Amino acid sequence: MASPAPIQEDPTAPAPVLGPGQTYTTITQKISSIITSRTTVGWIVAVALALGLMQCFLLGVTWLLIKGVGIWGLNIPVGWGWAIINFVWWIGIGHAGTLISAILLLMRQDWRNSINRFAEAMTIFAVICAMQFPLFHTGRPWVAAYWLLPYPNSMGVWPQFRSPLIWDVFAVSTYFTVSLLFWYLGLIPDFATLRDKAKKKISRMIYGVLAVGWRGSAKHWHNYEMASLLLAGISTPLVLSVHSIVSFDFSVGLVPGWHATIFPPYFVAGAVFAGFAMVLTLGLPIRAIYGLHDFITDRHLNNMSKVMLATGLVVAYGYGMEQFFAWYSASPYEGYMMQNRMHGPYQFEYWSLILCNVIVPQFLWIKSVRLNPYALFVVSMFINVGMWLERFMIVVTSLHRDYMPSSWDMYHSTLGDWLLYAGTIGIFLLGMFLFIRVMPVINMVEIRLLVPRKGHGKKPDHDASTEVSAE
Amino acid sequence: MSSMTRTAHKDGLELAVIQERLSGKDGQDYWRSLNELADTEEFQEYVHREFPEGASELSDGLGRRKFIQLMGASLAFAGLTACTRQPKELIVPYVRAPELMVPGKPLYFASAISQGGFARGVLVESHMGRPTKIEGNPSHPSNPREGAKFGPTDIFTQATILDLYDPDRTQVPIWNAKPSTWTRFRGSLATEMAKLDLDQGAGLRLLTETVTSPTLAAQIQDLLKKYPKAMWHQYEPNGRDNVRAGAQMAFGEVVETQYDFGKAKRVLSLDSDFTAVGSASVRYAGQFAEGRRIEDGQKNEMNRLYVVESVPSNTGAVADHRLPLKGSQIDGVARAIAQALGINAGGGNTYGHDVWVNALVKDLKAHQGESLVIVGDHQSPSVHALAHAINHTLGNVGKTVKHTAAVEASPVDHQASLNGLVSDMSAGTVSLLVMVGGNPVYNTPSDIDFKNALKKVPTTIHLGQALNETSQLCNWHLPESHALEAWSDARAFDGTVSIVQPLIEPLYSAQSAHEVLAMMLGDGRQGYAIVKEYWQAQRGGATFDNDWQTWLHDGLIPNTALAAKSVRLKGNYGSPVSSLDGLEVAFRLDPTIGDGRYANNGWLQELPKPNTRLTWDNAALLSPATAEKLGVKDDDVIDVAVNGHSVALPVWRMPGLPADTVTVHLGYGRTVAGRVGNGVGVNAYALQTSNALWQAQEASVSKTGQTYKLACTQDHWYMEGRGLVRTGTLEDYTHHPHMIHEMGHVPGEDANFFNGIHTSEEGHAWGMTIDLNACNGCNACTVACQSENNIPVVGKEQVLNGREMHWIRIDRYFKGSLENPELYNQPVPCMQCENAPCEVVCPVGATTHSAEGLNDMAYNRCVGTRYCSNNCPYKVRRFNFLHYSDDHTESLKLGRNPNVTVRGRGVMEKCTYCTQRISAARITAKVGGQELKDGDITTACQGVCPTNAITFGDINDPNSNVSKLKKQNRNYGLITELNTRPRTTYLARLTNPNSEIAQHG
Repeated sequence: MASPAPIQEDPTAPAPVLGPGQTYTTITQKISSIITSRTTVGWIVAVALALGLMQCFLLGVTWLLIKGVGIWGLNIPVGWGWAIINFVWWIGIGHAGTLISAILLLMRQDWRNSINRFAEAMTIFAVICAMQFPLFHTGRPWVAAYWLLPYPNSMGVWPQFRSPLIWDVFAVSTYFTVSLLFWYLGLIPDFATLRDKAKKKISRMIYGVLAVGWRGSAKHWHNYEMASLLLAGISTPLVLSVHSIVSFDFSVGLVPGWHATIFPPYFVAGAVFAGFAMVLTLGLPIRAIYGLHDFITDRHLNNMSKVMLATGLVVAYGYGMEQFFAWYSASPYEGYMMQNRMHGPYQFEYWSLILCNVIVPQFLWIKSVRLNPYALFVVSMFINVGMWLERFMIVVTSLHRDYMPSSWDMYHSTLGDWLLYAGTIGIFLLGMFLFIRVMPVINMVEIRLLVPRKGHGKKPDHDASTEVSAE
Repeated sequence: MSSMTRTAHKDGLELAVIQERLSGKDGQDYWRSLNELADTEEFQEYVHREFPEGASELSDGLGRRKFIQLMGASLAFAGLTACTRQPKELIVPYVRAPELMVPGKPLYFASAISQGGFARGVLVESHMGRPTKIEGNPSHPSNPREGAKFGPTDIFTQATILDLYDPDRTQVPIWNAKPSTWTRFRGSLATEMAKLDLDQGAGLRLLTETVTSPTLAAQIQDLLKKYPKAMWHQYEPNGRDNVRAGAQMAFGEVVETQYDFGKAKRVLSLDSDFTAVGSASVRYAGQFAEGRRIEDGQKNEMNRLYVVESVPSNTGAVADHRLPLKGSQIDGVARAIAQALGINAGGGNTYGHDVWVNALVKDLKAHQGESLVIVGDHQSPSVHALAHAINHTLGNVGKTVKHTAAVEASPVDHQASLNGLVSDMSAGTVSLLVMVGGNPVYNTPSDIDFKNALKKVPTTIHLGQALNETSQLCNWHLPESHALEAWSDARAFDGTVSIVQPLIEPLYSAQSAHEVLAMMLGDGRQGYAIVKEYWQAQRGGATFDNDWQTWLHDGLIPNTALAAKSVRLKGNYGSPVSSLDGLEVAFRLDPTIGDGRYANNGWLQELPKPNTRLTWDNAALLSPATAEKLGVKDDDVIDVAVNGHSVALPVWRMPGLPADTVTVHLGYGRTVAGRVGNGVGVNAYALQTSNALWQAQEASVSKTGQTYKLACTQDHWYMEGRGLVRTGTLEDYTHHPHMIHEMGHVPGEDANFFNGIHTSEEGHAWGMTIDLNACNGCNACTVACQSENNIPVVGKEQVLNGREMHWIRIDRYFKGSLENPELYNQPVPCMQCENAPCEVVCPVGATTHSAEGLNDMAYNRCVGTRYCSNNCPYKVRRFNFLHYSDDHTESLKLGRNPNVTVRGRGVMEKCTYCTQRISAARITAKVGGQELKDGDITTACQGVCPTNAITFGDINDPNSNVSKLKKQNRNYGLITELNTRPRTTYLARLTNPNSEIAQHG
């Protein structure tokens, strides 16, 4: 799967972001062939599996609606369980997409171009998965569905704006809307390409509608650039705000283990950490299966590893600060909470978390690990698990023993918990598989921008699109 | 902690580890349970459980049958019911309105509820003809409360209302397992009675439980007069045989002994749980607590309680000195005390507690005439006789102790009476057996084969409210009317007679015992005529009709209490009991379901048992050291064998139990109780034999290798030195009045980020205090709250999941050694915080602050995010994880409080300070044009509390009781350092130890 590191003229120069010998034609050909080629058996099997997993969701939700959240392992004092853990986990995963498409765009990191498309898709599907949980975890989802929204009504009843859950509603819905728009905007020129390449009338019509009349004129490109920049500007604070607000769900509460000022940055870093891990988890197999080594090069792996390492260190710092303040606050409740995490009944989860999120990422200091897709895949899987455990630690181990020892209890997951979690993984995978098959998994337009730079050392003009059209 | 974990595992020295951990602690260190304390395997198992455990819940859906079965009388679960179309109903006005009935306004009727034959005076709340709630009658001697609207009651009296509406009650007479009618029964009875006329009733046997009812006793006498060869037997398994035998031994006659704890400055309890068990427990608990009340600057003396007990009890929990000894050792200690007081009782064995006994005797001697010794009903007659002698010697008789004639109509030895009956039945001399209540097939010791004897009786008739193990084997099972459906009368512990008046027509085709006896006598009168005419004959006079009305209104007939009787000691104290080494079984009636008669009552099944906090099961209680010695831990099933019988019971470790004692509670393992009680727990009567009813020596235990999950509401863990229950000795407190405040931190008034959150000082501001010095953990508040607020029962599986719904719970903590810890009980309702953490986090504003400082819950608005509960430091919020309320059982709907919403699934709920009662009082005051006065509002928990531990009122009114209590130096709030500013506060618990014992540890 791994291609040998390309020989470079200048050994200190970063690895190229595009493999050698790629031209506009080959790029377009290569990327669009994933969509235009015949459906493979492997893809059908994968979709079938994802669909099967998704049935778990339908089953889990049906059972939930019939009986109530009592089918989960919840109790008093552990009022939140897997639903909230999964919600935060999925939202966190989504963050990499937004970070890549927005912040890296503003910072003119051109290596982002080949990964931003599926990272953004990943964001969309992850947020869709995340959004299932806040609704279904409520006792009465049929009213929670709209009572949390500030709609005008004759009773004059409004949501309670001091509650972080209301902030969540706004944060997540804004985030989803902006992410969706951003993703779609980036897809428009590629849809135009696909429309032009389509052989069947039906595909031509669908891609034509999706391309909203894109002809590649200078004006179009100008508007496209402006809109991208604007959306990037809007998305950038969202990267920071969404997970900050999600962290408020906890830090506004007074539960020991929740009530901490470190939470917003720690959550944001954790989200980016988790998001990049998921990009790698998905990107590495896609790269291997579809032979995209020229587009997702070692440079990408290297850079993404470095981002993971950096954010992982912030997360580790967060854990350290939790420890520090548990001691420094001199609060017996905080102190007990930390002792309980490390030595209590959930110590296995805590130490696994430390292994996954603190120890394993340290391997990324080693360049050969950063450039080895197998090793990276293993590391990213550890981080995926670790970030889930982090949320488990925050939600469950904080709640299960808080202030009144008389009320302390244990949380045991149930089949209902598993069904919904597995189900959202099914939704996510199904979305990703469908996306790979019908939409360009790599942004063709942006990748083509990289070509002239390589050949001529100067920025390309937008005539590229004329060439696309000419094809 | 982790290093200890390893030690505990490697060496298996669990107990040593616990002790090591305890020895390293000082000050206010509490622990909640042994698993936490010991880092046991179970504790470790949790570590590995989270992931693999998931799959085991697969059975959740499959276990639906069991689920429904358990919920039974108190709940049923349903799926989506929100979409049910409401049935069409017509609303029509009364053509002739019943007197005083105003829709929406309850009426209260005085009546009496009997337990073990003895009456408790009650006031029954009735809404539109439906009794919904039982309160105590404050002017009744069994549960007096001066100047209050309601008197206290106990858990059984509270739960009686649920029995009335139990859907498993028998609805029509049953003849040989087929539905029949009363007309047919009358016909059949007439034939039987005609046969009896021939031989003066030689084949007739009447079996009742304890009878105190003068009317019933008179009817029975009439029956015996008419059929001179007939016999009346009584049987009730409550240990009062020993009380009677003890009096017989001491005085040569059976007398009733009453105590006045109000006058007793020193109390010694020899295995007596007088604050929770017995016909006067509510009265005694109240008097005793009154003797411990400390008011700064007003009253700074309190009584002192010594308890020698074989099973940790509610009374043991409030003791100043508690000495756990095996049941068989108590005789020795009693003799030693008696001997030290100069009574010629033979030398007793103090079991190495000479310092304790000597200090106690010295203290008792110093308080002659103001001390009191009381013995548990199940202790041997000789211990009762010794206590009588001690009380006489100390000059307590006539002061704190009073003897009267027996209250029972016929104070026979129940065990002997039953034995006589069984031998007659087996001999085939009984042709007609009529049982009025009772369940001797189930609740008799294993060596009495009532079941087979019953088969030899040609005709058997059983009157009872529901089918039970006995009635299902009888030819006729007759539905008995509930105490709230029928006319009757009964005597209280002191002989005071109350007329029992019905509040509702019998729900089913039921008759009372009086009516069935009348049928046997060929007397066609109904209950009202029977009772009224009896009393007319007794106290007839020109004013009878007025008197009758007054008696009904007051709930008692004045001057019917029995007069004091002088008795002479015979000097007979039996022979000393030899306490053998090795295991001993202590039998007790279950603290919540009694002898099994309350097995089908979901409230009582789910009520956490005192000290163990177990629900829905009985267990073999072992001391931690004994469990360690036997190599068993909680939930392990063991075979307990004694006197040739054995039963398998799950183990539950109970600190404070004496070593080598297995405590087993009777009342479980019912097979014909109803949908709630069938198959719950283990029948321990199978282990009991009539020669060793309450304590059986030379027992043995063997492991079965099986486990059984017990549902305990307290989970396993440490208190971590948090100042939740604050305690001190009276002496320390007198010298350092601020010691209680110094155990915690209260932020200043200005410690608030936002202004204006504090409730206004105008208008009312509701607050509550709970006096931990009074509370003995009797649970009455929990049941009263359940009854008042329509709180559902959730079933064992849900309790195991940590989802019990009680709005007020009793937290139990231990302090000190495992062998003899101090036991603390702490009732925890909603704190109604002024800075309520729950309110700010609710996304829909379903929980908000009222102008009067209540933390309100709008059920209709709640969407069930459970954020409020997470953010509640006191964890008093309760969530309807499933549809817990029973929407389907018609009879249960009748018993609900119409002023309280029945909550559906997915909704949070919690204590509201009985907001419906506050509103009702406010409306009444407003309509009357008056201000609300202190005492106008009584919350359900407050009203029921036997020890008056709970005080509720307006803290803006400086003269209210609650305001005065909050100014006490003992007043403190829970976890106040969070600046929650709780409106519910606690008065610290003080003890009054004897320095001579305290010094010796």
